[in-house]
Amino acid sequence: MLDASSPFDRLPNKPGVGYKPQHFAEIMEDPGPVAWLEIHAENYMGAGGRPLAQMRALAERFAISVHGVGLSIGGEGRLDPEHLARLKHLIGWLKPASFSEHLAWSTHDSHFLNDLLPLPYTAATLARVCDHIDEVQEVVGRQMLLENPSTYLAFSESDMLEVDFLSEIATRTGCGLLFDVNNVFVSATNQQTDPLSYIDAFPLDKVGEIHLGGHDEDEDDHGATLLIDSHGKPVVDPVWALYDHTIARGGAKPTLIEWDNDVPEWPVLAAEAARAETALAQLAQ
Amino acid sequence: MTGQADFTQALLDPKQAVPEGLVDPQGRPAPKRFDVYRNNVAVSLTDALETAFPVIHKLLGDDFFRAMAGVYLRAHPPSSALMMYYGAAMPAFLRSFEPVSHLPYLADVARLEIAIREAYHSADSTPIAPETLGALAPNDLMQARFTLAPALRIVTSDWPIHALWQFNMAGGPKPQMQAQDVMVARPEFDPVQTVLPVGAAMFVTALGQDEPLGTAFERVTQTHSDFDLSATLGCLLGASVLTSLTIGPPT
Ligand SMILES: [Fe+2]
Repeated sequence: MLDASSPFDRLPNKPGVGYKPQHFAEIMEDPGPVAWLEIHAENYMGAGGRPLAQMRALAERFAISVHGVGLSIGGEGRLDPEHLARLKHLIGWLKPASFSEHLAWSTHDSHFLNDLLPLPYTAATLARVCDHIDEVQEVVGRQMLLENPSTYLAFSESDMLEVDFLSEIATRTGCGLLFDVNNVFVSATNQQTDPLSYIDAFPLDKVGEIHLGGHDEDEDDHGATLLIDSHGKPVVDPVWALYDHTIARGGAKPTLIEWDNDVPEWPVLAAEAARAETALAQLAQ
Repeated sequence: MTGQADFTQALLDPKQAVPEGLVDPQGRPAPKRFDVYRNNVAVSLTDALETAFPVIHKLLGDDFFRAMAGVYLRAHPPSSALMMYYGAAMPAFLRSFEPVSHLPYLADVARLEIAIREAYHSADSTPIAPETLGALAPNDLMQARFTLAPALRIVTSDWPIHALWQFNMAGGPKPQMQAQDVMVARPEFDPVQTVLPVGAAMFVTALGQDEPLGTAFERVTQTHSDFDLSATLGCLLGASVLTSLTIGPPT
């Protein structure tokens, strides 16, 4: 296989978008405000064909972030060695500017459930997640970023705050963090907590990347608002406001527009990236 | 303690009670909140199956397909995170799923759709130049052994599977009842189907097992006296599936 090594060793503090193959020609022609691209690792674990050929071409021009959705870092069982090997292979081939995964689990007893499932925040889970992150960073041979989740319910056994849980993981393992502002808003709404205090307590100095995305709205058994992290819509104004607050406090960061379902035409996605570019530019003044 | 085994079982079985210890902000049980995860799992896997089997989806209609996918995903949850390969058990499932027993060709159509997806993601390869074969002395041609493109898939069927695919995906003519053996290959990035002449599937399979061309030819003509060697070689060259050639016994 040809080497696709990217000349970019870090993500710029500029807007990026989740890469969708249907936008290939437009991105190559004129990426507008988009300075880097994120891919879901699992979609590029085939042996060849168009996905890898496109990535080879894109990696020459853009910094690439590899974002895994299938490693199941929070799983009770051991990490799937085959999946870890595939990840190591992809990262060795692409040499991306960033690699990230989720604080979640998705595999149990070799059944992959294709969703980011929640974890109780306890000392036992903390130790397990740290062990898994140590293993990932060891095998892949580089630092990873861990993303804060969207959650829809709580575990009565949890005895730590999510923000402390994530901080402690970063301290123990040396991993960086991926700060998803939409997830903060979704979880705070669903858990009826204050998103601003979450941001203010978050170790933003360890954040290597920010995510912004859209969500859907529903309600729970008692009529309380329940937001669903769907990545199928524009970023809402309250999330943009939290983003402004985040970068005012933590400084400019590589900022991704995440749009995975009902993917729009390129100009719509580029316009979302332009809004992030404006916010980052205002910060610089 | 809410273990992931209980969580998984309840996720996949909507009739099971929500595991204890999963609560809303007031500490109350939260079934609708748990249903968000149930729904995410079922919808994302159903969507993956719909992407994998567009012809089966069209043949059965959206409502029926999605209901059937609900049965499939609970019987066969994915065994890896590579969703592009999800659905490998679909042909066997369709053969035994009673409500579609009146559509006996579905399983073979699903095999074709799997072959197309596998070809799409296969390793790249470079074909030999078509004139290479013509330049060989007849004796050398008979002793030639080949490596075949990693994307190559052969799907044999008693049904007109290529015609069914063409009719549903590309507005082809109404399928006529006939057996079709289909070769799927990938000359560049898009999988291409070729309906193979009689005996060609057996011939290509023999070449794939490193048999010299002459031996493969004799094997096929024992059962298919009308086997057309030059038409078959034309198909293979046209689809870029011959990637290297050596003459003489294995080294
Ligand atoms: Fe995210």
